Amino acid sequence: MDLKETPAERAFREEARGWLAENVPRDPLPSGDTREGFTLHLEWERRLYDARWAVVSWPEPYGGRGASVWEWLAFEEEYYRAGAPQRVTQNGIFLLAPTLFAFGTQEQQDRLLPRMAAAEDLWCQGWSEPGAGSDLAALTSRAERDERAGGWRLTGQKTWTTRGAFCTHLFGLFRSDPESVRHRGLTYFLVPLDADGVTVRGFARLDGDEGFAEVYLDDVFVPDDAVLGGVGEGWKVAMATTGSERGLTLRSPGRYTAAADRLLELARAHTERMTGELRDRVVQAWMDAEAYRLFTLQQVTNTAAGTARTGESSLNKLFWSELDVRLHETALELLGPDAELDGPWSRGFLFSLAGPIYAGTNEVQRGIVAERVLGLPRGGRG
Amino acid sequence: MHFALSGAALELRGGLRDLLAGACPPSTVRAAWPGGDDGAVQSLWRALGDFGLPAVLVPETDGGLGLDDVVTVAALEEAGRAGVPGPLVETSAVAAPLLAAAGALPKGVLDGAVRIAVQRREVVPYAQRADAFLQLDESGARLLARADADVTAVDTVDGARAAGRVAGVGAPVDVDPSQVRKAIHRGALGTAAFLVGLSHRMLAMTVEYVKSRTQFGVPVGSFQAVQHPLADALVGVEFASPAVLRAAQSMVDDEPDTALHVALAKTLASDAAERTARTCIQAHGAMGYTVEYDLHLFAKRAWALAADWGSASEHRADVARTLLEAR
Repeated sequence: MDLKETPAERAFREEARGWLAENVPRDPLPSGDTREGFTLHLEWERRLYDARWAVVSWPEPYGGRGASVWEWLAFEEEYYRAGAPQRVTQNGIFLLAPTLFAFGTQEQQDRLLPRMAAAEDLWCQGWSEPGAGSDLAALTSRAERDERAGGWRLTGQKTWTTRGAFCTHLFGLFRSDPESVRHRGLTYFLVPLDADGVTVRGFARLDGDEGFAEVYLDDVFVPDDAVLGGVGEGWKVAMATTGSERGLTLRSPGRYTAAADRLLELARAHTERMTGELRDRVVQAWMDAEAYRLFTLQQVTNTAAGTARTGESSLNKLFWSELDVRLHETALELLGPDAELDGPWSRGFLFSLAGPIYAGTNEVQRGIVAERVLGLPRGGRG
Repeated sequence: MHFALSGAALELRGGLRDLLAGACPPSTVRAAWPGGDDGAVQSLWRALGDFGLPAVLVPETDGGLGLDDVVTVAALEEAGRAGVPGPLVETSAVAAPLLAAAGALPKGVLDGAVRIAVQRREVVPYAQRADAFLQLDESGARLLARADADVTAVDTVDGARAAGRVAGVGAPVDVDPSQVRKAIHRGALGTAAFLVGLSHRMLAMTVEYVKSRTQFGVPVGSFQAVQHPLADALVGVEFASPAVLRAAQSMVDDEPDTALHVALAKTLASDAAERTARTCIQAHGAMGYTVEYDLHLFAKRAWALAADWGSASEHRADVARTLLEAR
């Protein structure tokens, strides 16, 4: 055990803190899940990129700083503590990028990563379909081989695509072997949304923002270099992405420790509404955020040592998503009748309700924990 | 940054696990219940003495192992997994290092021959079979020999707790308030580690049971209604465990926020263990509601320890004072 930062880590953290203090917009930007807000968030992303803070853990040639995972965690902590804008590039830099680093060809990495870091290409995720949600392997969108043109023709419908109406590219799963069933015969494709045959329709989420989209693909041609990780390997590649989505990469602890600190401030400002029960909930939310942070420190150490367990990211996902809901419910309780007014806490509450649903519902995660971590017999859900 | 046990700590923990697999079967836990054979418990304690558990935090100059709080919580978690009966946290983590610091360590403690219970109020857990009492409060410590104590047995839900009302005033132990505070932290933290171990044991027993128990033609462990509460129980335990390690490291580093970190660990471990006990009993069906099956040995200990050395709600109240008032 050694819980102290090295001088280099400390210096990294302080540099980040200093830059954020100078550069984070004083007034919060409008939601990045609206057209207007998305544009403003892109300006912020480019500012981050110019100062090389957009993708700190990536190698320098791709726009990063080659930061260690500990430095990245420190950056995340400082980022959320500073109240910096949401990352509208997250599905590219936090979900697709780790998958590209693991499965992409050198050519794909060189072509895609720098543009992703610079927020020139904006990526969204094309997995869920009207008939395939928790049961992702039931997806029917298909990829047909076009030998003459040297590529594939994609047809089908994706949905619940976060910020799909504002993005330029989609990474998605398609059935490339028409004879295949379930997890076999799937391929992971990288699709430009300006290609012929793509239609995107944005629609509103629970909070009213146009943060969702349906993506229709009608005989969309993509060349062979749009395949990530090999034809027929889609499920394996996608599972690497879900690990990032459920775990540390997308939801670093800094997000929750910063929210918990804001909850403490809110509690101090609303002593008139404080009861013993409410005080306990405030304290528990702070404790849970801290517990998540400690869990992830242990996880990073174990991952580096090669001793992390399969299914572990489902533990993360269950914990952070339930914590986020409880934390926001507690904040609303502190706000009393003001909880119904539009504001950061009411918006945060609505967003927190998505947590137990996206990245695989918590019901699915509990099944994974039960079967892969605890070793219980497989249940009867296919 | 390195958030994991050292190789040496892992090795020690593994050795203790092997030892306890043989030396502390459920029959030995039962032997600690009233009417049970204390000889079996004494043999277990001697084996733990040979292993060095009561000596873990005692400096080498005093005949101990001179190890730290991180190793100690790793070992106590293992003891919890086996449900070791008797005041093990109290003797190893609280009394032995405190008494050694005062130059007042009785003979036999390091060998596992002397079990020291801790008195913080009239009723003292493990009093019926303890050999001495460390009387501990914020103002100081006293050591009361069994021969000088007036002990009246009190029935407990977990028979292995074998509590008693203890009357008598011990001899003052020459320690300063910071050492007393540290001893109290170690009591709470060691108990938190023990609770994590108990929780893992209950989950392991339950997983085995629901894999083999068949109803409607399939193992009951394949039902989501059984799987999901067990998954939630595991989440609680998995997120308590790093908090225990962190608090132990804070003790080692003598961090200013140690009290906060200990309170966090004990709160999470107590809540996780209570939830695990409840969930595991339910998952066993009627089998969980019997004293013939072993699960109750661990569940009852979990309930007792969740409330001992500060319950979750007491520690939460302390944390609330730190977070909401003092800063």
